[in-house]
Amino acid sequence: MAQTLYDKIWDNHIVYSDENSDLSLLYIDRHYIHEVTSPQAFDGLRINKRRVRRPDLTFATVDHNVPTTDRSLPIIDQISSLQIKALENNCKEFGISLFDIHDKYQGIVHVIGPELGLTLPGYTIVCGDSHTSTHGAFGSLAFGIGTSEVEHVLATQCLWMKKSKNFEIILNGGLKNNNGVSSKDVILNIIRKIGTSGGSGSVIEYKGDYISSLSMEKRMTICNMSIEGGARAGLVAPDDTTFEYLRGKIFSPKNELFEDLIDDWKNLRSDHGAKYDRTFSINIDNLAPQVTWGTNPAMTVDVDSVIPSPDDYAKGNDEEKKSAIKALKYMDLKPGIQITDIPIDRVFIGSCTNARLEDLIEASEAVKGKRVSSSVKAMVVPGSQQVKTAAEKLGLDKIFMNAGFEWREPGCSMCLGMNPDILKAGERCASTSNRNFEGRQGTGGRTHLVSPIMAAAAAIAGKFVDVREWI
Amino acid sequence: MEPFRNLTSKVVPLDIANIDTDQIIPKQFLKLLGKTGYGEYLFFNWRYDDHGIPTKTFVLNLPELKGRQILLTRENFGIGSSREHAVWALKDYGFKVIIGVSFADIFYNNCFKNGVLVIKLDKNIIEDFFSSKTGEEFDIDLSHQQIRIGSSSYSFEIDPTLKDSLESGTDEISKTLQLESQIKEYEDENNLAVKPDSYAIL
Repeated sequence: MAQTLYDKIWDNHIVYSDENSDLSLLYIDRHYIHEVTSPQAFDGLRINKRRVRRPDLTFATVDHNVPTTDRSLPIIDQISSLQIKALENNCKEFGISLFDIHDKYQGIVHVIGPELGLTLPGYTIVCGDSHTSTHGAFGSLAFGIGTSEVEHVLATQCLWMKKSKNFEIILNGGLKNNNGVSSKDVILNIIRKIGTSGGSGSVIEYKGDYISSLSMEKRMTICNMSIEGGARAGLVAPDDTTFEYLRGKIFSPKNELFEDLIDDWKNLRSDHGAKYDRTFSINIDNLAPQVTWGTNPAMTVDVDSVIPSPDDYAKGNDEEKKSAIKALKYMDLKPGIQITDIPIDRVFIGSCTNARLEDLIEASEAVKGKRVSSSVKAMVVPGSQQVKTAAEKLGLDKIFMNAGFEWREPGCSMCLGMNPDILKAGERCASTSNRNFEGRQGTGGRTHLVSPIMAAAAAIAGKFVDVREWI
Repeated sequence: MEPFRNLTSKVVPLDIANIDTDQIIPKQFLKLLGKTGYGEYLFFNWRYDDHGIPTKTFVLNLPELKGRQILLTRENFGIGSSREHAVWALKDYGFKVIIGVSFADIFYNNCFKNGVLVIKLDKNIIEDFFSSKTGEEFDIDLSHQQIRIGSSSYSFEIDPTLKDSLESGTDEISKTLQLESQIKEYEDENNLAVKPDSYAIL
């Protein structure tokens, strides 16, 4: 029977299933851990006198809580410091590899996993973080879990799961070269169209010529935000681009083993005639840069348009209309305002969505030789130490700093403001992250999600600009 | 985990759709190391003003609604971050049941891991609850999968395994470890000794 890629990975990992229940027990090939969602899980193991079943398949890093300033200094926030220490102690006690705050491989968990070659096609991958969907870019089934499930995976290396539906999103057409529109705009546009619950109960497979044309980093941006469309996971079938990315990465399989695996990985694609529960096609030929205006990622418009009225946004849905009214009030915006008239106070280029080398290269090209507006405070937070080092080799740090950006150490930083990088109430931020919920970047903070080049241009202009005309 | 017991309570009506987990429990409270004590931070930014004073109109601050064990909400509750702290906050505050039209997948799962019952009901029924039932006692009967309000009765769906986990309160990990031989069989068949990671050198 013709199977989708999701069907194949699912079937390959069943340890146990029971006709009395919708749930199957699946084996987990890779478990990523960070400091925020793991302490209680390790406590649970200790209380019940259990060990970690497969420490060799488990990798940890610190990212959410770490300061992005000088790491040789002690962490000022005592509580953050305790949480980071707890992870260090737990990894030591249970024998888990940890890329700690001083490690040359430290960074945001969904940036370091792929760049270290720890994420492989066909794997089941989990982490106590909803953006685990990022790793689906490699043709793996990757999704976020809660702390209780983290404890379950640590103890058993398995997870009880209900099979999701298959949802196919086909991206037709292609973005015109060098006009400043990127994969971030594509995924924002997808979420805008399907809504924040459009992918609920589903695993999304992204297909089409556009997807095949993308680099791995660009695929990761798309898969990363699958969760914002309600989907548990997002997948792209692996291909030569995937295999070449993985070749030679530090922990990638090597030599003959790698070549043999490529032969297996070539089978990781949906069969012709495979059935999907839902199909959605978008033509992206004339896609404009996207900007979110509201308090969830579906509240998005084209940069060359205006803030919509609640009625226009909600199209007859009462609850969505109420959400839009609330969002406009929180964001201090009114219908009819031109997006390119909205001034900003802060710019954040970072996060597991857009803090990889290609993102930084694109952003740097928009600011070279220019200066950050005097009304804006802007920062760049590379996704990992490796990204930071590579960027510095290319001189990107100098380009950003000469333009007036702060150049920081890697971590989640202002995506969610658990460390000191937060917005003050009322501050408006152009951000390359993935969520614009109320208070996400700081209580009362106003987040607008955009691509790296849009954020960089906004820093210079002091307001949103249409990068297609600007560059 | 304590087994779920049928309960009778009035509801706290939270008449807002698309509530994300950043609202349920803001990030500054994710730095805590335990599973308890989050109740006072539940819906923090809606519950307290800039000076830490409880706001007059937010439902959790209305004295007549205190002590109610059921949260009534709309569509798409619990979207966003996977933080299980959101469930810990709801549970610690005192909610044992959440009723709404739809829920985010990860949040839904997290609730059942903590013995919190989540009931999905049709949009029209939820609308009726908000308009005319917020002063009534809801009698939640998990075994019969019914909510009884006065003389009316509403059925709800629930996966049998999730229902069983709530009724028995069994530790899920113990249950899984009973399948040790199947897990080992999977590991042996997939020849993990030569899996790529065995080449990882740290």
